Amino acid sequence: MTLTSKRRIVALISGILFGSGLVVSGMTDASKVQGFLDIFGNWDITLAFVMIGALSVTLISFRFILRQTKPGFDDKFHLPSATKIDKKLIVGSFIFGAGWAIVGYCPGPAIASLAYGYWQTLVFLIAMLFGAYIAKKLP
Amino acid sequence: MIEYFSQFNIAQATFGGLLIGLSATILLKYSGRIAGICGITYALLNKAQYRDYWRWLFLVGLVLGSLLAHLFLEIKIPEAPTSNLLLLIVGGVLTGFGSKLGSGCTSGHGIAGIARLSKRSIAATITFMCAGFIFVYCLRHLMGVI
Repeated sequence: MTLTSKRRIVALISGILFGSGLVVSGMTDASKVQGFLDIFGNWDITLAFVMIGALSVTLISFRFILRQTKPGFDDKFHLPSATKIDKKLIVGSFIFGAGWAIVGYCPGPAIASLAYGYWQTLVFLIAMLFGAYIAKKLP
Repeated sequence: MIEYFSQFNIAQATFGGLLIGLSATILLKYSGRIAGICGITYALLNKAQYRDYWRWLFLVGLVLGSLLAHLFLEIKIPEAPTSNLLLLIVGGVLTGFGSKLGSGCTSGHGIAGIARLSKRSIAATITFMCAGFIFVYCLRHLMGVI
């Protein structure tokens, strides 16, 4: 089996784990996510524990993995190269947070929620892709 | 085991998080890639990366994983988000625009980025969390919109 095929299988498995993780943790429930962001109201702490759960794995695993010179099925790691905290990062993140608050979806849960067949999800995703496309076209 | 999942609690949330962490671990360990949903999805807007089949497979996996989790763990399907068309569109556009401009979202920055101890990701995560808190407060408690 070629390395490319192996990487594709890895991607599928990883996606399945991610999608199931989102569902199990309640993150495909937009109102639950907004509940976490509602710190001045009825606060739902769930999302904090989802992050704790995820980070407790990755903070450790990433340290070991990134000590290697290359990943298992590729000849190099594909990591972001930017290091500076710039305006685009902060402004973009703030805008993202606003959008996230409005509907309670971010890209992962929105895509995973396609499984439910809600038209609302589709509208959100189309708008999301449009927004990303506009940002891409910026100088 | 099945009954355990039908009542939502912190342990379930943490376990879901562990699955997400495992997902990111596998993708990095074998493919050398960051499991950032924005990065993976928006790259498909480029002609050059449109044929990276692994990205499509990951996204298909997301949907499949969701289906499988609901089917086998008998987890209740959540309600749809708001049906307010304006909110869906504005929220969607801002989410897409912001995460593209900011080079990431909750998975890319919040999980993978922090795991790498990236200063950029820590800054991004703090920023979008604060924005999230502010906007839910304003839209829910000041304006009564959401």
